Amino acid sequence: MKRLTEEKTKLVLEKLTKYIGTNVKLLLDRPDGVYCFRERKGRVYYVSEKILSLASMVNPDKLTSIGTCFGKFTKSGKFRLHITALYHLAPYVQHKIWVKPSAEQQFLYGHHISKSGLSRITENTPQYQGVVIFSTNNIPLGFGVTAKSTMDCKYADPMATICFHQADIGEYIRSEDSLI
Amino acid sequence: MDVVNSILQNDIQKKDTHKSTVVNKDTEIETDLGTLLALDYNALDLKALKSQPEEYLRSLTRDNVQILINKIWELPVERVDEVTVAKLPKQEFILPRARQIPKAKLLTKWQQFAKEKGIKTKRKSKSKVKWDEELQKWIPTFGYKRNKAIEQKEWLVELNNEGKAAENPFADAKAAKEERKSKNELQRLRNIAKAKNIKIPKVGLPTKEHFADSQQLSQAMTIARTSTASLGKFQDRLPKEKDAKGIAKQVPGMKRKAEEVPRNLQEEKKRNTNLADNILKSNTKILREDFSVPKTKPAKAEKSKKKGKKAAKAKGIKKPKAGKGERNMRRKVGGRKRR
Repeated sequence: MKRLTEEKTKLVLEKLTKYIGTNVKLLLDRPDGVYCFRERKGRVYYVSEKILSLASMVNPDKLTSIGTCFGKFTKSGKFRLHITALYHLAPYVQHKIWVKPSAEQQFLYGHHISKSGLSRITENTPQYQGVVIFSTNNIPLGFGVTAKSTMDCKYADPMATICFHQADIGEYIRSEDSLI
Repeated sequence: MDVVNSILQNDIQKKDTHKSTVVNKDTEIETDLGTLLALDYNALDLKALKSQPEEYLRSLTRDNVQILINKIWELPVERVDEVTVAKLPKQEFILPRARQIPKAKLLTKWQQFAKEKGIKTKRKSKSKVKWDEELQKWIPTFGYKRNKAIEQKEWLVELNNEGKAAENPFADAKAAKEERKSKNELQRLRNIAKAKNIKIPKVGLPTKEHFADSQQLSQAMTIARTSTASLGKFQDRLPKEKDAKGIAKQVPGMKRKAEEVPRNLQEEKKRNTNLADNILKSNTKILREDFSVPKTKPAKAEKSKKKGKKAAKAKGIKKPKAGKGERNMRRKVGGRKRR
């Protein structure tokens, strides 16, 4: 369990701000105790202070996971969010996309969202903004990046991609072994 | 008798120099009445100067001023309102200038263009207010009152284009004005750069390359020093020379300063919140918004008028080559003459 260096923390926080903007401060400054980032084998974990002290009892070689895995550092040094971070992103996210029930499965199989599958989108979403995808009954399904801004969505043709897929909850089954 | 009298008078004067108006000097002092200047070329009495410097200098000055005033009395004198007035002649002595003569301001690009074309602006004395026929009121040419007047005047804008009905003409006008303002500012800065001989790109905004800072210099120095086969191990340093910061990754053998590790969780939390604040505050856009970036073309070298001439010029430098697959009988080509 390593502390993140300042550079790496910056990368993580920058990635988080792409999705939740100024709400990133709420993740760091929580009323229910101190939370921090820890790194192990390239994975970044978001851990509360209590669990961290408990985890110190466990032999680090045997420890599989701790707290919430937020993502990993790629070999080229970039930070990539995992679907496991969704639970912490979804409540704070500023731009949302709702998909139609018919397009839910497509998205959960790892496909981009096309205009035909789009049910609703937050007003004033710019292009290439990190968004969280919800089902029509407000269950977070995953996250992605908008391919078109809200204004452009209006005039896009039905097959045009609106949102690029990044992660979805189907990954819990599809890539079970590589997630953690 | 005259001789005796004059000697006696001289004696009296010598005893009581402060009251006499006649001053004797070995060499005449030079005066310029126009500037009220007197130049004394007589040798100083070193003994008196050393023993009683203050007194000696005072008396010397007094004598010289007396001569100057005597000269002024020689000029034609008038009486104006109970005051005696003498008109000083024109100055002969040329005073040297203390400062450099200021250089003429370089013309702006527009001014230069106007001068070449002979364009003259009708510049009358600009009044601060202008009569407006529509409002029947005097309106200032600038300031908040003018803006208010314009708002009153243009409260309604006619839309004639159906396709553009959705757009906001007020916002358009405002945006256009902003655009004009920023263009003018850019041109103003360009003119300053031109006057001060600063290199800036022809198109677009200047980058860091155009304004090198001390950090870049120190980086270049560090890299140059470590660019030997032994990574600069045997290279002497300048006095007080330090390694440049932030390039430890690129320079082999340079030690990076270890990051300060937060001592406890509270400190780590503080560091993280500070980092988040910095990220949110920073100007660099994390999000890519759909803004248009002007594409800059690399500046092309000026084309020479004739291609043939260019080839002939380059003869001395480059290895001569044949026609490169093109048959051109007129073109002179270097190389060995084949028979």
